[in-house]
Amino acid sequence: MALLQISEPGLSAAPHQHRLAVGIDLGTTNSLVATVRNGISVVLNDEAGSALLPSVVRYFEDGGVQVGITAQAQQSVDPQNTIVSVKRFMGRGLKDVGEVIDLPYRFVDSPGMVQLRTVAGIKSPVEVSAEILNVLRDRAERSLGGELVGAVITVPAYFDDAQRQATKDAAKLAGLNVLRLLNEPTAAAIAYGLDNASEGVYAVYDLGGGTFDVSILRLSKGVFEVLATNGDSALGGDDFDQRIYCWILEKAGLSQLDAKDTRLLLTHSRAAKEQLTDHVQTQITAVLSGGELVDVTLTRDDFYAMTQNLLARTLQPTRKALRDAKLSVEEVKGVVMVGGSTRMPQVQRAVAELFKQTPLTNLDPDKVVALGAAIQANVLAGNRSADDWLLLDVIPLSLGIETMGGLSEKVIPRNSTIPSARAQEFTTFKDGQTAMSIHVVQGERELVSDCRSLAKFELRGIPAMVAGSARIRVTFQVDADGLLSVTAREMNSGVESSVTVKPSYGLSEGEITRMLQDGNQHARDDMQARALRELQTEAAQLLEAVDNALQLDGEALLDAESQLRIRNSMEALRGVVSGSDNSAIKRAVEALNQATVIFAQARMDRSVSTALKGHNLSELEG
Amino acid sequence: MSITLTENAAKHVQNFLVKRGKGVGLRLGVRTSGCSGMAYKLEFADAVDGDDLQFNSHGVTVLVDPQSLPYIDGMELDYTREGLNEGFKFNNPNVKDACGCGESFKV
Repeated sequence: MALLQISEPGLSAAPHQHRLAVGIDLGTTNSLVATVRNGISVVLNDEAGSALLPSVVRYFEDGGVQVGITAQAQQSVDPQNTIVSVKRFMGRGLKDVGEVIDLPYRFVDSPGMVQLRTVAGIKSPVEVSAEILNVLRDRAERSLGGELVGAVITVPAYFDDAQRQATKDAAKLAGLNVLRLLNEPTAAAIAYGLDNASEGVYAVYDLGGGTFDVSILRLSKGVFEVLATNGDSALGGDDFDQRIYCWILEKAGLSQLDAKDTRLLLTHSRAAKEQLTDHVQTQITAVLSGGELVDVTLTRDDFYAMTQNLLARTLQPTRKALRDAKLSVEEVKGVVMVGGSTRMPQVQRAVAELFKQTPLTNLDPDKVVALGAAIQANVLAGNRSADDWLLLDVIPLSLGIETMGGLSEKVIPRNSTIPSARAQEFTTFKDGQTAMSIHVVQGERELVSDCRSLAKFELRGIPAMVAGSARIRVTFQVDADGLLSVTAREMNSGVESSVTVKPSYGLSEGEITRMLQDGNQHARDDMQARALRELQTEAAQLLEAVDNALQLDGEALLDAESQLRIRNSMEALRGVVSGSDNSAIKRAVEALNQATVIFAQARMDRSVSTALKGHNLSELEG
Repeated sequence: MSITLTENAAKHVQNFLVKRGKGVGLRLGVRTSGCSGMAYKLEFADAVDGDDLQFNSHGVTVLVDPQSLPYIDGMELDYTREGLNEGFKFNNPNVKDACGCGESFKV
């Protein structure tokens, strides 16, 4: 018979109706799948008993695919067709994928996302990720004895819309129903049950195989807000191995090893690193392909000394994240350790010193993200009673639209909880304007040029009206996964246009972090820039209006001298309008206003008399 | 009247209860549903109901409501592993006929 699991009181599933849900940590180096069984979140192992699935996919000419440890083993044999760290390419264009020269892949630039040429054809990062997810889904279904109702998949907190959408697409391709995308640090915090704890600020220090991320979260009313993120996308446990490897070369007087020996010594370096977690020294013994014997002793102190600057490279972004969040270490209530590299005692000690408290390490740091995702998946699948919490997530960067003068008008501010929908009304800028271009941007800065462009679309068919009288309601809707759709509707006529943001790709992790920080650092500059742009917009509007009026009525209503005076004022304004001197523009606007007072008066009088012509007083009074 | 757990099952239940952090034991029962008549209920118990029957097996308290007992009297609950899957198995002497997977049954 089927194997049953213990349910929460009153929540036994009907036969064949088990709400099987999993949490998936789709990592750069390794991926995992976890589920809640008998009330406990557990990571699901493969047949060989290992939980970690190396995020490596190898393609064969006949269309076959290998995923995980077998693919990883062949990495040096078939580097072009063995894709590692595909997460770095998710939702990225060719120009975002830095250091292309160092990677053995044959990249194909394509609109939206970079693709990879393999013997089995051109593959997008979405397809490669889907292969990894497929293996995990299969493992989960065999472990749980049934089909999954859905999965929660974790993504880095700094992932933008493009990267999140790409992750969702990969899941869909792998036949997974995505219940929710969850930020990795949030998942780690959930695994530690911090969401049930009292409110406060928590830091998540995540040192993985090849990446370092630090996030500052604030928990309030069951919602985790990401206050700041920072990190180094090229720093991880592998660098610690590399330091030991270099030390061995030096110590043993070796130089220039072939690929096989390099791999051998790197494997020994890694083993030595792991040994030093529990031992004060370790012996490294290896026989190279040429018969040379390597036999050296590495002490913990030496290891600490040679990796000290690597450690420093994690502490600096951590301090920066705290600064960005405008918090002192005393305000941090708890520190969560994530990633296998946080097992190193010197890492734990350094983090403890920085935060003046012992970090949380009692859960396996490799598994903690997947465990938290599983807990969330279990709730979303309906396996917990209704009065249990339902965690919400927040929008990492503000979303807005471009308004006249290249300014960004924020419609949904960052850290709003999702799902979320907000609407704002805008109007036309010119008389008779029948179309409006809607430019959706993401970022904290005031000027559109400093924000990220997500999408552009047009609302057409607006009835011709005087500038300012059309009412265009722009609605932003962000679903539970942080994905955005924007609708624009002219309220008088009902014409509507919308776009689901499949954003123009092209922002690096560093840039996202930078955008957040820039927003804070440039607040004052931005305020001035905004004032200037508003002034420039006002001036442009005035120039256009006067120009139109002159063309229509200038000859009829004004003598040559008055016309000249107005034209001179206009010239003066045009001369300063594109500059950055606020007061000069203000003065020129004022001067032009003065110069046109009589003209405006004359136009007003004439339009009144035109309107009255042919009508008698009684008609008007009636 | 008896309901028993194998030693292995009891060990797992105790472990789950400790990790869950609350609960007085295990509630077993049946309800009518499913493709072949009855279905098992296997839940954590947070409280004992007035007319619950209580059994103790290898240190685990098992609660059964009186209506359910005739269907599962004499049953042994086991914990086993089948391939990657693992979980509880009901060895119920009262079952005459079960659906393919055994999740629902007739007595």
